[in-house]
Amino acid sequence: MGDVIVITSGKGGVGKTTTSANLGTGFALLGKKVALIDADIGLRNLDVVMGLENRIVYDLVDVVEGNCRLKQAMIRDKRYESLYLLPAAQTRDKNAVNPDQMEKLCKELVQDFDFVIIDCPAGIEQGFKNAIAGADQAIIVTTPEVSAVRDADRIIGLLESEGKHNPKLIINRIRPHMVKKGDMMDIDDIIEILAIDLLGIIPEDDYIVVSTNRGEPAVANPVSGASTAYKNIVRRLLGENVPLMKIEANDGFFTRLKKVFNF
Amino acid sequence: MVLDLIQRIFGKSCTCSKDVAKERLRLVLVHDRVNTSPQFMEGLKDDMIKVISNYMDINEQTMEVHFAQTETSVALIANIPVNRMKRGNGLKD
Repeated sequence: MGDVIVITSGKGGVGKTTTSANLGTGFALLGKKVALIDADIGLRNLDVVMGLENRIVYDLVDVVEGNCRLKQAMIRDKRYESLYLLPAAQTRDKNAVNPDQMEKLCKELVQDFDFVIIDCPAGIEQGFKNAIAGADQAIIVTTPEVSAVRDADRIIGLLESEGKHNPKLIINRIRPHMVKKGDMMDIDDIIEILAIDLLGIIPEDDYIVVSTNRGEPAVANPVSGASTAYKNIVRRLLGENVPLMKIEANDGFFTRLKKVFNF
Repeated sequence: MVLDLIQRIFGKSCTCSKDVAKERLRLVLVHDRVNTSPQFMEGLKDDMIKVISNYMDINEQTMEVHFAQTETSVALIANIPVNRMKRGNGLKD
């Protein structure tokens, strides 16, 4: 029996889909059998981020409505043997599925997979309720911005009222030089406000854009900062004790000069 | 002015917009958390009645509890009509 993890945030554009793709791929790189579910019906994107958009035949709604068997709809990622994607329907809306159906689907998948990762849509309506219904564990993605942190707080409250306790937090897109200047909330600030456990931090990384352009999750790249951060999170989810990565400002010329002269 | 400029060049002064962000979040979340949980105010009121009733008789029907917000703070405002005080020696404990 595996784990069902939902990746959620409230606010859009904070990196839920990127996080889902990278955690899924990260688990697969370690040999775990993973099912990625795109729960964003009507606005699917996990397929393009994963580079699997040309291989979709059936989708989540087809499975739920019985138009195909679950195995027919699961797309196997040829690059990572043990990684599968269940894409969202693009021509339907969130009401095409209900929480009971999602719960049933997750129960079925978890028999076969080590991890089922659900990419939740933004918002707190039907799509959110569907996405969290079958999850044992929730990961909240936020960025160090007022709007994202506020929405994360709301999501924590909603998860609590749905009986999903102890969600874990990922702080995404941290810009070290801004944190250093005091122009971006740091990890401690955000943890103090939200009062939940920190799962990991991801530095802002241009390579994420490149990897999304190519449809190859960044975690497979050995040198990117975000890749290391995602690998660390994967290992933590597997029970390893991995220290938080040091996020340091890429010091400019003057800072280096200051260091040399020691003032 | 000059000192300020020098300090800024050497990174010692801090405009610290993150402190503004934290403060604004703190205030907005007080409201969000109260408003999004209907049981919150009822629970708070019930507990207040329980505690205060140890000391005095109050009019529960006309009592009012709400939050008031200013630019920089949030206050819990309670207006609780008192019918009668209990005697000091009547208290438990």
